Amino acid sequence: MPRRGAPPEVNAGSMADIAFLLLIFFLVTTTIETDAGLDRMLPPIEDVTDPPIIKQKNIFTVNINKSGQLLVEDEISDIKKLREQAMAFLDNGGAAKGSEDYCSYCKGKRDETSSDNPDKAIISLKNDRETKYDIYITVQNEIVGAYNELRNREAQRLYKTNFTDMEAEYLNPETSPEKKEVLKERVKKIQELFPQKFSEAETSSGN
Amino acid sequence: MSKFNKKKDGDVPAVSTASLPDIVFMLLFFFMTVTVMKDTSVKVQNELPKANEIKKLEKKDRVITIYVGAPTEEYQKIFGTEAKIQLNDKFSSPSEVGPYILQERTKKSEDLQDVLTTSLKVDRNANMGIISDIKEELRKVNALKVNYTTYEGIAFDNLKN
Repeated sequence: MPRRGAPPEVNAGSMADIAFLLLIFFLVTTTIETDAGLDRMLPPIEDVTDPPIIKQKNIFTVNINKSGQLLVEDEISDIKKLREQAMAFLDNGGAAKGSEDYCSYCKGKRDETSSDNPDKAIISLKNDRETKYDIYITVQNEIVGAYNELRNREAQRLYKTNFTDMEAEYLNPETSPEKKEVLKERVKKIQELFPQKFSEAETSSGN
Repeated sequence: MSKFNKKKDGDVPAVSTASLPDIVFMLLFFFMTVTVMKDTSVKVQNELPKANEIKKLEKKDRVITIYVGAPTEEYQKIFGTEAKIQLNDKFSSPSEVGPYILQERTKKSEDLQDVLTTSLKVDRNANMGIISDIKEELRKVNALKVNYTTYEGIAFDNLKN
């Protein structure tokens, strides 16, 4: 009768080595991706036979030339002031009290020569074919920033939270459906207060 | 003296390494879950500009990526130093962007086909001309949702060079 003791223990010393090997493999193949950026919508191609007439005062023109200089509303401007200027334009609310375009939540100067209300205000961006991409992104960033700041202000007033936080939570897949429903409503409400009306003309070639 | 000798034969016990595999496995699982396998090698210079008003591209399966930039050194002899478009694994002309988007779109499941985003990973030194061509092509195939993919940072840093 052979002696039956406890079976000999399996040597687990090399387990760590195997795990290390796998670990190193995954370490090497990992790329933590840069998956964030500026979301934009391109205008659809449609034949407009009868383009709506837009008053000049409701358009905020931004021109970028090939060396990266800015022409804002036909005046040479600095990129650092762009956000401020865009916000002043969007938030202006120039329509007179009592008229149907009157903007009750605007806090701007109510200058009659600037935009009537945020719903009418259009930002038009034009750039040269030789404009550098990073300048373009900076301008885009400032314009998105101007909208976000105004939307945040309204979201703070109505819901005591930031619009950007609300939107991030709405887009987060971990948010529960009931909460999403509420957020969807609110995000939409704020977006309607300051809709992004953004026009990008075909780029001009040459000078 | 025997009192002191006693201590000597009690060696320092070896540190138990039994929990080492557990620790390593923990690390391993972390990296396994965050890993995204690279499916294309980028053949263009791709230093993205910086921006701070950014939104995350949450779902990978809804994204089509287009790379733009000057070819990397090894390809410069053949393709020059002007910014090029890279689709999948090859350099392409702007007119190929439309068919590529349509082709990628048919690969996705049907319920995702309407919510696709085109991620433009463009080198910060590229010119807007090529971007405008791409945007024109995207409009033609009705892929209107674009994301200018950037690094997170202060946008004004782009102006310094």
